[in-house]
Amino acid sequence: MKTELQFDFTVDNERNTITVKREFAAGRALVWDCHTKSELLDRWFAPKPLTTRTKSMDFREGGHWLYAMITDEGQEFWSRLDYQTIDPIDSYSALDGFCDATGALNPAMPRSRWNVTFADMGAHTMVNTMVAYGSPEALQQVIAMGLEGGMKSTLERLDELLLKIA
Amino acid sequence: MDDVFHALANPIRRSVIAHLGRGPASIKQLAAPHALGLPTFLKHIGVLEDSGLIETEKTGRTRVCKLKREQLLAAEKWFEQQRKDWEDRYANLDHLLIQLKGKPDED
Repeated sequence: MKTELQFDFTVDNERNTITVKREFAAGRALVWDCHTKSELLDRWFAPKPLTTRTKSMDFREGGHWLYAMITDEGQEFWSRLDYQTIDPIDSYSALDGFCDATGALNPAMPRSRWNVTFADMGAHTMVNTMVAYGSPEALQQVIAMGLEGGMKSTLERLDELLLKIA
Repeated sequence: MDDVFHALANPIRRSVIAHLGRGPASIKQLAAPHALGLPTFLKHIGVLEDSGLIETEKTGRTRVCKLKREQLLAAEKWFEQQRKDWEDRYANLDHLLIQLKGKPDED
């Protein structure tokens, strides 16, 4: 399957949002299931080399998904996604947040709001995800933390590489 | 000092950044395309300077502004990382969808 699937990634500095649009070569019901059933989310949600592990999933308005992204070395990064509105198989919205293994939110970190919509595109499905931060300051804070983590993992990868070469 | 996104959340200030991306410029050159009074324009310059995105230096009677690239690069780097994360995660989903559709009893 080598057809080009549409992908757009846009940053809006004025509204503090990131919008990701992506086409999938499958019908809407299946793509919806992959986004809303934890046993399927566990199979794709974390970008490699991380893996996803769900601790609990309560997919209904007012419920939440508690999960960890896990590194090769077993380090766990916990997050939760609190579902606010659910309209199967068209859209859902949720608040994300950093937390610990019990689901207790880190009060020092801002949360972003996700609006995810699913639309038919012939036999394919278009998923539009808008991640909105409450203020420029909130976005700045998340960036500062993300860069710290990102740089650390880059350095760790460099260490691994050096070990292999040595 | 850390307030890069507040600084970038304004079209005048973004246009100043874009201009300085082509090289240092004087306040007068930067203000020329904008229909703003000088005091208002200088306020925008002040916000950019406080955010650490630009620095200004007085040479003779003109004040010259230039970009401090590392601040901008930090934000760009993060957005690039986010983009890559979404690309990777969706590549995983493509594979999963192929597996799920491949099951004869589910298609």
